[in-house]
Amino acid sequence: MTDITPEQTGSNRSRSSTELVRQSLARRNRKQKVLQGFGIAAIFFALSMLVILVGSLISTGYPAFTQTHVELEVFVDPEEVDTENLSRGNYDDMIAASLGAYFPDVDMSSRIASREVTQVLSSGAQLKLRDRVLADPSLIGETITIKVPASDNFDQLNKGLIKRDTPEENRRLNDAAIANFDTLDAAGVISAPLNTTLITSADSRFPELAGLKGALVGSFWALLVCFVISFPLGIGAAIYLEEFAPKNRLSDIIEININNLAAVPSVVFGLLALAVFLNWFGMPRSAPIVGGLTLALMTLPTIIIATRAALKAVPPSIREAALGVGASKQQVVFHHVLPLAMPGILTGTIIGMAQALGETAPLLLIGMNAFITSAPSGPFDSATALPTQIFIWADSPERGFVSRTSAAILVLLTFLIFMNAIAIYLRSRFERKW
Amino acid sequence: MVLFAFLLLFGATMLAYFVNRRAALSMRAGGARLHSLESFHGLFAALSVLVPVFVGILFWLVLEGAVVDLFMLRGLPAGTFDGLDSGASQLIVAEIKSIAGGRVFGTPEAWKIEAAERLVRYHRIADWLLVALVAITAAILLWVARRSVVEQFRARQGAERIVLGLMIFCATVAIFVTIGIVFALTFETIKFFQIVPITEFLFGTSWEPQIPIREDQVAAEGAFGAIPVFLGTIVISAVALFVAVPVGLMTAIYLNEFAPQRVRKSVKPVLEILAGVPTVVYGFFAVLTVAPAIRQFAASIGVDVAPNTALAAGGVMGIMLIPFISSFADDALSAVPRSLRDGALALGATRGEMMLNVLFPAAIPGIVGGVLLAVSRAIGETMIVVMAAGLIAKMTINPLDSVTAVTVQIVTLLIGDTAFDNPKTLSAFALGMMLFLATLIINIFALRIVRKYREIYD
Repeated sequence: MTDITPEQTGSNRSRSSTELVRQSLARRNRKQKVLQGFGIAAIFFALSMLVILVGSLISTGYPAFTQTHVELEVFVDPEEVDTENLSRGNYDDMIAASLGAYFPDVDMSSRIASREVTQVLSSGAQLKLRDRVLADPSLIGETITIKVPASDNFDQLNKGLIKRDTPEENRRLNDAAIANFDTLDAAGVISAPLNTTLITSADSRFPELAGLKGALVGSFWALLVCFVISFPLGIGAAIYLEEFAPKNRLSDIIEININNLAAVPSVVFGLLALAVFLNWFGMPRSAPIVGGLTLALMTLPTIIIATRAALKAVPPSIREAALGVGASKQQVVFHHVLPLAMPGILTGTIIGMAQALGETAPLLLIGMNAFITSAPSGPFDSATALPTQIFIWADSPERGFVSRTSAAILVLLTFLIFMNAIAIYLRSRFERKW
Repeated sequence: MVLFAFLLLFGATMLAYFVNRRAALSMRAGGARLHSLESFHGLFAALSVLVPVFVGILFWLVLEGAVVDLFMLRGLPAGTFDGLDSGASQLIVAEIKSIAGGRVFGTPEAWKIEAAERLVRYHRIADWLLVALVAITAAILLWVARRSVVEQFRARQGAERIVLGLMIFCATVAIFVTIGIVFALTFETIKFFQIVPITEFLFGTSWEPQIPIREDQVAAEGAFGAIPVFLGTIVISAVALFVAVPVGLMTAIYLNEFAPQRVRKSVKPVLEILAGVPTVVYGFFAVLTVAPAIRQFAASIGVDVAPNTALAAGGVMGIMLIPFISSFADDALSAVPRSLRDGALALGATRGEMMLNVLFPAAIPGIVGGVLLAVSRAIGETMIVVMAAGLIAKMTINPLDSVTAVTVQIVTLLIGDTAFDNPKTLSAFALGMMLFLATLIINIFALRIVRKYREIYD
């Protein structure tokens, strides 16, 4: 800058302006540094929020992956079991009796006294025993070893989420209850194995018995319906718009319409589903088929836009070559262009499916947030979905559901990461640079 | 049974393909010069069986329920619905249906059980009828298609016409969805405005969406003035943008101009993760972490904050919008022609000055478009506010207070029982209509700005 000062401006003036630039340069560079600093701070903020988000979910969610269990030696008393109808036995008392062995000074025949002790166990304990006996009636009259889940409060105590040093009146367990638990712990019957209930059972009012099976199966059916509808429709629409549609008003309107549809709030799709599918067509409430239909309408624009981009990326030379050897226009598209565009289309579809998997609001409006304690056996049964299950659990007052909500979110995020990883793999493996 | 009908159709389609293909092949073997390839003869036959029967089955399934109900109702004892309003007669129908489904509560009257049995019988008849109809029409279509295999028949053109028709149908589905949304919302909104005057909805300042449960209940006369609800949405969106716009813009500026290639390559996808996290997760994050943190901080400096403050919901929504704004701004900055940058640098501007005084102003239209799209995202965002914002509508613009939002009201009004004849349910559709219109206008506007701006430089 200083070297090319024109002659006629005079050396004095040129020196002064050079001086001016020099003097101000430090200030100007400082300004640039400040701008850069702001940029780095912004990125740092965004990334630290991501870290805090994931960190808080993991730290609250990991306790839910284990569940405190109590191992009991239960004598299956033939007197208490109705041999005609095995599901109608007094399994509660058998459990209480076996628990009583550890508390010699508690009178287990008294309901009130035994309640103090049996509250350590989940109310699902007797069901577990019942299922064991139902599966194998020869156990009647035998003494069996069975692991039953502890109830939520004691589970929290075992994991240290209920602190022993909080004053008794602020604690959800009194000292006597903790003493009972410690007695069992000293006897070595308390363990905390992997919480398989989280995957193998459906929803429950009791955190220790609640699982995601119903939600996972419901999400599976909804996504399947969504895929079956939106994939062919989306590809068909995209091929028509990209390869065949004449440039006229109608295709303009369709194009603007698709772009706008992609930005319509998801809750509005829920309103559409509620008014049209449920109210006018009388489809079943809470059913994955309706959820899948609604999600399909939302995913459609994503798939159309991704497919059009993939088709556009196929170079015209391919089309011209195929046309040149006598293929019809549809043969060109279906035999040559579409196979080459397929990796891009699949990538877009998987990303659309991942979005659909996380979508919550429209499913709430069609009632997929119902309390359902069994997994659906088909797309017409009432069900929940993974995100709506998270919403239900997040709303539940029991403390045990806080960590289970985080755990469910971690499961959902795992699925999303997996799907996106497939999409990224497809893109990097099959993408061609022309 | 329906599955069987579909399987039958599938079988007929395959059969049509192979029969016609073989016919064409044997004609060719016999020395005939066919116009189309034999596979097109097969395809044409398959499509001309598949498409009409498939559409027929779908129509049948949509209409079957209503028609069977009608037959069942005609068989009911005369005078069953005399003197009953629509709700009570719907209840009777629902009871009969649940008996038919095997869920019997208590001991229903004999005529209800009889009606339920008839309903089951009619459904069985309808299912058989469907299968029979599928079989007959498929057979007729097969026969017609088989007859079409002659020398001059242009099977390729025929098949391609059908395929083109199918693709046009696919493309118009998107339009039907929009029409469906508009119709559903308009229909229910008009019903709402027949009960509650539109002026009260648009200009009323009190939102208490209750309806009297009993006739004589005086206290629970609802109020449907939506202004406080709109205000709540505006407050939360403003908080969100207050977080997202500066952070997103600064991120874009740094990544676009100053960041080393390696940093840019790794930071961008990580930021995109923020956009891919489901909103229900953000909602839980707001409740679990952000709201308590804000409350604790406020308590430590002696400020009183509502438990579900707009700050928590808006702040978390802002985090969600960061990648949205930063990627739009990045695109806009990259779209500015290289000559402008080079010119500024050649005149002696530092890179910071070039960015602030040349690139950024030139990119403003694109950035504004992106911010507008973010606004429409923010006002339509549902799960974060449902979980983290309040339920009570307040006339306040204080972000520390608890406010509600349009989407919160829609969801809470429609969760649980939904009878389509009371103002409580219908008001959710009126709110939805407002939401749809607002986002639509913003989107059209934003997309126009973005597109127009791109064209100028291209």
